[in-house]
Amino acid sequence: MIREFTFGEFWYLLLATRWTIVLAVVAFAGGGAVGLVIALMRVSSARPLQLVSMGYIKVFQGTPLLMQLYLTYFGANMFGLQVEPWSAAALAYTLYASAFLGEIWRGSIQAIPRGQWEGARAVALRYPQQLRFVILPQALRIATPPTAGFLVQLLKGTSLASIIGFVELTRAAQVVNNATFRPFTVYALVAAIYFSLCWPLSRLADRLERKLGRDRLAPATRKPQLAQVAIVQGQV
Amino acid sequence: MNYVFQFGFVWREFDLLLAGAWLTIKLSAGAMFFGLIVGIACAQAKNSRWPALRALVQGYVEAIRNTPFLVQLLLIYLGLPSLGIRFLPAEAALIAMIVNVGAYATEIVRAGIESVPRQHIEAGRALGLKPWQIFRFIVLIPALRAVFPALGSQFILVMLASSVVSVISAEELTAVTDMIVARNFRSFEFYLVATGMYLVMSFGFQAIFALIDRRFFAPWSKQA
Repeated sequence: MIREFTFGEFWYLLLATRWTIVLAVVAFAGGGAVGLVIALMRVSSARPLQLVSMGYIKVFQGTPLLMQLYLTYFGANMFGLQVEPWSAAALAYTLYASAFLGEIWRGSIQAIPRGQWEGARAVALRYPQQLRFVILPQALRIATPPTAGFLVQLLKGTSLASIIGFVELTRAAQVVNNATFRPFTVYALVAAIYFSLCWPLSRLADRLERKLGRDRLAPATRKPQLAQVAIVQGQV
Repeated sequence: MNYVFQFGFVWREFDLLLAGAWLTIKLSAGAMFFGLIVGIACAQAKNSRWPALRALVQGYVEAIRNTPFLVQLLLIYLGLPSLGIRFLPAEAALIAMIVNVGAYATEIVRAGIESVPRQHIEAGRALGLKPWQIFRFIVLIPALRAVFPALGSQFILVMLASSVVSVISAEELTAVTDMIVARNFRSFEFYLVATGMYLVMSFGFQAIFALIDRRFFAPWSKQA
């Protein structure tokens, strides 16, 4: 029995969009917390900490998000934890976000001139204070545009959670499509919903980036970043 | 934890995995090649005299960059047949990847073209080069050299994103792994090995691109 595509179906998609947003927000919050630790390990002077965080980042940036999801999902089940798709997805996206945010924030912290560290030490601040009062507030400004850009990537990336059976927007589209068999309408609509979530964020990221470029970064320091644009703007 | 790892299964099926990985590389290379052509065309169109063309390209780039690849793929594979356009899974996968890469490549190529100093173009004109010669020798080639590292990272991102095309069973590494797992239920071992293979491919290509860049392109960008 094929159903018509009505307002009810549209409403169902909109309700499922909540879970896309919830998953992205949870991953962003969790990934932000872990990512900060990763970034701080990466800029610390202890060699083992640097190596561990570097390896962590490289593994997550060098493997497909889909594989990370599968390994979390099947891996957790293997350890005897009966995880449902939601917790596996939340965990996998948190780890994924932490690696990317860690790398973005490492770059932002290292963009702060050495003189700032030396100045902070010269006024007798201890290491946590140097970070808290001198380095991180300045790094935050540099980090904001790529972080907003990553949030777009994360929102788009949540669509893969549909593959392990978590009902977010893309999964809901499959459900609606199976009932109505209107694939073009359904997926075009879903693309439009994703677009309306991501586009404002992309615009914000671009605007902040240009503003930052005008405010403080000389053209010479911007050029090497060209290669990194692609890394931040992943295309899941 | 009472799970016994059995990697023996994996080695028995390793040929299949390698064949999948090879298709992953071929798909990604094809998508990158044609996507780069799309990108060059669109980057040119973005500087065109006609506002409608500029708006069209801008719309394409923004639409692709702000929607998930999975949805683009499903729209092409499941959505287009209802308009009478049908593809085999591998064709749909390649087309979706080209459309996707094209948008990202447009931005990268445009950044490269903008990095070409205006004086070089004027010098070309003063030497009496024809417009297509100016475009080819003075704008495009130096621009591509300048953005080679970004294009290299893009290739790796494409390769990682290509695992998504397994959902329409396009027989690349992830799809092959899914298929084997459906037969013997050794999901963790196989996904772990497949992940390792992706990791090896990313590191391998990163190393190759870095080498090519150092060997051929870095001396040029220093001159500029």
